[in-house]
Amino acid sequence: MNRFAALLDRLGYEPRRNAKLRLLVDYFRHTPDPDRGYALAAMTGALMFKEAKPGLIRGLVEERTDPELFRMSYHYVGDLAETVALIWPAPGHESVAPPSPLRGGVGVGVGKQERGADNAVASGPASASESSPLPGRTTPTSNSSPQEGGEIGPGHNNPPPHVPTLSEVIETLATTSKSDLPARIAAWMDALDETGRWALIKLVTRELRVGVSARLAKTAVAQLGGMEPDEVELIWHGLEAPYEDLFAWVEGRGERPESGNPAPFRPSMLSHPLEDEDFAKLDASDFLAEWKWDGIRLQAASGHGSDGRPVRRIYSRTGEDVSRAFPDLVEALDFEGAIDGELLIVREGRVQSFNVLQQRLNRKAVTPKLIAEFPAHLRVYDILFEGEEDLRPLPFAERRKRLEALVTRLDDPRIDLSPMVPFASWDDLAAARGDPASAGAGPDADAIEGCMIKRASSPYLPGRPKGYWYKWKRDPYLVDAVMMYGQRGHGKRSSFYSDYTFGVWRDGPDGEELVPVGKAYHGFTDEELLKLDRYVRNHTVKRFGPVREVEYGKDRGLVLEVAFEGLQRSTRHKSGVAMRFPRISRIRWDKPAAEADRIETLEKILERGEKEIHPLKDREANEA
Amino acid sequence: MALRSTDILTQTPQGLYCPLGDFHIDPVRPVKRALITHGHSDHARSGHRSVMATRETLRIMGVRYGEDFAGSTQEAPLRETVRIGDVSVRFSPAGHVLGSAQIAIEAGGTRIVVSGDYKRAEDPTCLPYEVVPCDVFITEATFGLPVFRHPDTRQEVKKLLDSVELFPERAHIVGAYALGKAQRVMALLREEGYDKPIHLHGAMERLTELYKSEGIPLGDTPKVVAAERSKLAGAIVICPPSSIQDLWSRRFPDPVTCFASGWMRVRARARQKGVELPLVISDHSDWDDLCRTILETGAGEVWVTHGQEDALVHWCTTHGIRARPLHMLGYGDEGEAEETAHPPLEGEGRERSERGGVETRPPDVRAATPPRPSADPPPQGEDMQ
Repeated sequence: MNRFAALLDRLGYEPRRNAKLRLLVDYFRHTPDPDRGYALAAMTGALMFKEAKPGLIRGLVEERTDPELFRMSYHYVGDLAETVALIWPAPGHESVAPPSPLRGGVGVGVGKQERGADNAVASGPASASESSPLPGRTTPTSNSSPQEGGEIGPGHNNPPPHVPTLSEVIETLATTSKSDLPARIAAWMDALDETGRWALIKLVTRELRVGVSARLAKTAVAQLGGMEPDEVELIWHGLEAPYEDLFAWVEGRGERPESGNPAPFRPSMLSHPLEDEDFAKLDASDFLAEWKWDGIRLQAASGHGSDGRPVRRIYSRTGEDVSRAFPDLVEALDFEGAIDGELLIVREGRVQSFNVLQQRLNRKAVTPKLIAEFPAHLRVYDILFEGEEDLRPLPFAERRKRLEALVTRLDDPRIDLSPMVPFASWDDLAAARGDPASAGAGPDADAIEGCMIKRASSPYLPGRPKGYWYKWKRDPYLVDAVMMYGQRGHGKRSSFYSDYTFGVWRDGPDGEELVPVGKAYHGFTDEELLKLDRYVRNHTVKRFGPVREVEYGKDRGLVLEVAFEGLQRSTRHKSGVAMRFPRISRIRWDKPAAEADRIETLEKILERGEKEIHPLKDREANEA
Repeated sequence: MALRSTDILTQTPQGLYCPLGDFHIDPVRPVKRALITHGHSDHARSGHRSVMATRETLRIMGVRYGEDFAGSTQEAPLRETVRIGDVSVRFSPAGHVLGSAQIAIEAGGTRIVVSGDYKRAEDPTCLPYEVVPCDVFITEATFGLPVFRHPDTRQEVKKLLDSVELFPERAHIVGAYALGKAQRVMALLREEGYDKPIHLHGAMERLTELYKSEGIPLGDTPKVVAAERSKLAGAIVICPPSSIQDLWSRRFPDPVTCFASGWMRVRARARQKGVELPLVISDHSDWDDLCRTILETGAGEVWVTHGQEDALVHWCTTHGIRARPLHMLGYGDEGEAEETAHPPLEGEGRERSERGGVETRPPDVRAATPPRPSADPPPQGEDMQ
């Protein structure tokens, strides 16, 4: 448990992806089964046990601490799990020995005896149970250094508390009854150190957010054996914690585990952005084109289990099983095979904007009302499997025919084909991209963010192979805004003011004023970053922790040309709008701040995207 | 007739004052006679007419402020009673940094101990704390909350060494206060067997030399040469906390930002500073040691100078010890450390630190801080810790 805790602790502070990967690989390499498998399960969200409520944890700590001191501590630390982990009194470690008659002749040694004993209690098992070369925080719970109590070694009367392994914790959680849970947790807390307790609370309350995606964890497993992450992905959904067969395979000690999943995820094929210079190299007659829909990429797989019952799954682009979020779509998967397409919201035959789609996403409870209001729709553009037949080696044009036949056979309004965009030359396609509404998309044009261009002969390959698929996005919206705040970046950019909040003009009570409309932290070169950073430092008027307010006004301020993909209404922003993917496209050193855009420019763009159909008058539920 | 404790020691705008001996302890403004507990800049300021402190503290003040930092100086021998006016005064080791001392003041059968900053944990760079029995114990409470339990420093240093091993192509930049913490980290690294050079920011150099001249072995500690920074892959570099987020530190190969401080116990604190590898190493007492020390002194009354006073006062009260917070200004003000400017380095145009929005130190206190000779490396905010 301590090693897992140390890993989580370190990951929590590490912003760089590659460094996280290194830490994960190192952990998997040096941690035995089944602990590492359970750690993998914990990080990929694959663990099944009834979580403990924060209230339970709080109850436990309140029985053990002065309520007033706990209150002050919680107020100071701000996070319950962390406060509890830090304040938890380790057993036998009454915070202080009772007063002793000390007047006269007191030396440095006083108090050592008690503390020595505490040390031995805590450090013995912690260091013994995990012979780790890693920064395992096998620290004694007491604050004194072992030298102080070193003369009192293990072997005294008190039996050392048993430091649980991660496997033990997880296996116990799966079988412990609710009434036994508090005592179990308390015993573990007693045995662990601060970091261990923190990790334990995060684990049992299922609040394990340490910035590691399931994909990253799987990538680390693959790296352990010098494999591609997709190789792990392919068999992942048939595996179960603690994944001993998986580790054996990547380490070359065992057979490739069979995927027991009749509806597995297959790694998606991704596209490259099309650059202007590419056209000269590409022959239009080799390619087919579709609209690029502004939705969410999904893969729908369907098969049947050994008992003959259908198994239907919906996966995100990265292989995350999202079936539970779309029961309406799962119902429609009446086929065997795997298809690739875009999740959209379609009302009365019309595709709704991404803003509408967002209201369906990330909901904890998928209620009938939500489904009725935001009906999920899958607009498909590829087929990977039909029955047992792997279609991926076929040319795209061939697969397309098979896909068309399948969709016709399905005959379900929730699943339809993404239409092809006919073109003879790149100029034709440029025209269609510029005006999708006239090029056949009709009223769905607002949900289109450009074109997909696919080589007719292209097989379906995992990852982002070169030369087959291209995305040709519509031009971004542009707005000239004024820099208002600069914030320190993270990781490599932590010493630079690299995140900029910018605003546009609007009419305020005292005349024109700037209102913040967004924040951007990329789009500029390293050289430009240095200049922007210097600008922020030299024009600071106020500081709020990592944020600096810069000078701005009619006659001063820096204009930034901001590019963005779309807008949505937002109650969280003062201006009432939020941008999608804003980035700095140009720094307008030359432009006076007074000539920056006004909020009306954004309002107009917003109205374009709001031509959606509202099925229900009552919009309150959507604002939640 | 026993004197009341407040007859022996009172609070003045300058700091704690002993009327019977006519001296201040750690005054924040220039006074006639100052007794100084240790060399950190919030306790030891220049411009007093006379200063009494341990030999090491006097040396530290000389390095920081120039040899003329006070009109006259008097060395306080440890554990020896000295008569000043109508009181007797005794300095004893406080275990905080090199030369740090507690000051016991006794008159009419009442003894008050001003502990300054102190710690109980082992520190190879200074003498260990000695319990001085007393009637009134004056304590700090920098880490005066039960969430602060400092771990074993050896494990923290091991964390650093493990990271150096795992990321050999990156430089580990360790933020540490220039007086005490930096040298303690070096000594701890040496104890763990690290024998490569430990690279130092220029602001650490003179105090580190002073430590070495006091017989503390710190090994090879070359100063970082600006042009050579990019070659320090795999190295450990120690710099003032304000430099870990500076452009200065970004010129090292893919730096890992580390910070050695008791504050690193709290994750939000570490994150605020952009720290990637927090090292919980403190020169202050943690909660358990604060409580333990109060009990061991046998004091019937406790005054809390600065830090998290409320919690410690609450604890004393629940343990039948009279206690009151002094709410003293000018000590251990957090935030101050972060914004203390140091000389621009290698022309990177580090801006003068302006103070809009984050003012934490009362202006009168700061205004009273005497100017320092500009050639001297300014203190790097051990005020905070």
